[in-house]
Amino acid sequence: MTPDLSMSLELSEHLQKTVDHLSENFSDKLVHVYQSSGDTFIVVDADSILEISKYLKEELHYIFLSDVFGIDRYTSDERFEVVYNLLSLKHRQRVFVKIRCEEENPEVHSVVPIWKAANWFEREVYDMFGVYFRNHPDLRRIYMPEDFEYFPLRKEFPLLGIPGSIELPSTTPDTD
Amino acid sequence: MKLKDIQSKVKPTFFKEHQRKLYQSLEDKHTTIEEMDDGDPLTTKMVLNMGPQHPATHGVLRLVLQLDGETIEKTKVDIGYLHRGVEKIAENKTYQEFMPYTDRMDYLSPYSNNVALCTAVEKIANVEVPERAHYIRMIGCELARISSHLLWLGTMVMDAGAVSFFIWTFKEREKIYDIMDRIGGHRFTISHARIGGVANDLTDEATGAIKEFVETFPKELKDYHKLLDRNRIFIERNEAVGVLKTEDAIEIGATGPVLRACGYPVDIRKFSPYARYSEVDFDIPTRLEGDNLARYFVRMEEMHESIRIVEQCLEKLPKGPIRMDDAKKSYPSKDEVYYSMEGMIHDFMMTDTGICPPDGAESYHAVESPKGELGYYIQSDGTGHPWRLKINAPSYTNLQVLENILDGEMVADTVVIIGGMDPVLGEADK
Repeated sequence: MTPDLSMSLELSEHLQKTVDHLSENFSDKLVHVYQSSGDTFIVVDADSILEISKYLKEELHYIFLSDVFGIDRYTSDERFEVVYNLLSLKHRQRVFVKIRCEEENPEVHSVVPIWKAANWFEREVYDMFGVYFRNHPDLRRIYMPEDFEYFPLRKEFPLLGIPGSIELPSTTPDTD
Repeated sequence: MKLKDIQSKVKPTFFKEHQRKLYQSLEDKHTTIEEMDDGDPLTTKMVLNMGPQHPATHGVLRLVLQLDGETIEKTKVDIGYLHRGVEKIAENKTYQEFMPYTDRMDYLSPYSNNVALCTAVEKIANVEVPERAHYIRMIGCELARISSHLLWLGTMVMDAGAVSFFIWTFKEREKIYDIMDRIGGHRFTISHARIGGVANDLTDEATGAIKEFVETFPKELKDYHKLLDRNRIFIERNEAVGVLKTEDAIEIGATGPVLRACGYPVDIRKFSPYARYSEVDFDIPTRLEGDNLARYFVRMEEMHESIRIVEQCLEKLPKGPIRMDDAKKSYPSKDEVYYSMEGMIHDFMMTDTGICPPDGAESYHAVESPKGELGYYIQSDGTGHPWRLKINAPSYTNLQVLENILDGEMVADTVVIIGGMDPVLGEADK
């Protein structure tokens, strides 16, 4: 489990506190804690993202949600990852919280009740990866039109796009 | 007057489903429209589509406003008209190849975008940047900040009604274009930063031009202050307009000058210093009011601070190489490429495969661009192409703020508020 694992990490004081508190209060919800290039990533159980977010915001001062984004891992199980980029202004710390979800009907809880800023970020993840956010107040596509049927940042979507998938205005106005 | 829902009145002919959902979401904010019979049109509620082709929306921003007379009741922002899918493109390019695309994200300050990408790649691939390159980058970034703020100032004042002011700020911007031309050979999309350093050293001509600009620009700024600071029309158009409450600013994720105008001294240059920002002396201007006038003062003071930083950088500018000397990690110098076989091979390898960060590595690095926190998250799969590259664009986050603060304002103030937010759609739409 994570507490032993986190011993090998080089964590600053507040990040250490974050990891300790999380493993204390959510011991069975914490999947993995790791560092890469100096950034700290905490993988948690997708179903408990709401309570963990609430705890992070209220107890550990991660009040600023800087970004939410998706990653297509392109693996057979738990294909999609949603990453929350959190900032504690008080302690000058940044931490990344990750959750994973299945390829079939990917669905996670929306964190809009906790950070209002998540609204557009989650819409972008939905638009690009097709991850559905439960209880999101306004889950519409943000970049692509609603008529578009694909999720462009998924790995199987071709770089050149899919011909005919998007309605384009006629380039020859005279032919009617 | 009959109440009608919006849906029944709109007849979209293009992207039908998209339009239907957009109006539906406006309706979900509990709006209705009244059908006008013979009544006074001024007292009727109407839905106004503003943009995407509108000179005051600074690009292709579309706002759907529900109006009650002249007051905006509800707003929905529709973006994506400039969506080019740069994140998808990035997954199919080497890191260096992708850099010119970043120029076209926030096209008002290309230099900071280049630096943002390069610092992120340097972080994930463990590349050391020579001291001199750091200082050259800082000079470039601060000039880009001034350039971006100058355009904001010109257009914002133009939105408030003074057209000739735009020409004056552009006169100064033109000088920055010339400096950029002398630094890197391009006026606009400069692409001067390289992974591991910068493309070429500052020439004497470029240094001279920067010095001259640093000397003359504060005088111009003083003139701008003289014209605007106590200008009654300007103040009345901006004061208490587009107020973002301090308690909401963090909640809805404002960033950059918009956040600083609400009283939070959050600046990535101080929060987690990159390049050599920890070695120069500067302040973070803040205001407490959170309105458009506060944003004006914050940005004006930021230009003063930028000049201070450039002055210090010129003074401290150390001698030495401008790009790391490791042909496996960064481009060799042109001298090597033209006159040695190894140099040419390395150049070819850099172009073909590029730098390969370790498999599975992830990193996030943010810089303070003129608009706010510009961050690049990179996940590598060990090849020369990123597995996932996510751009955390400040304009995008600030547009979300815009959607929240427009409710309850006057319709005539919309353009001023958009101007005060200073969004760049190239960046927001990715």
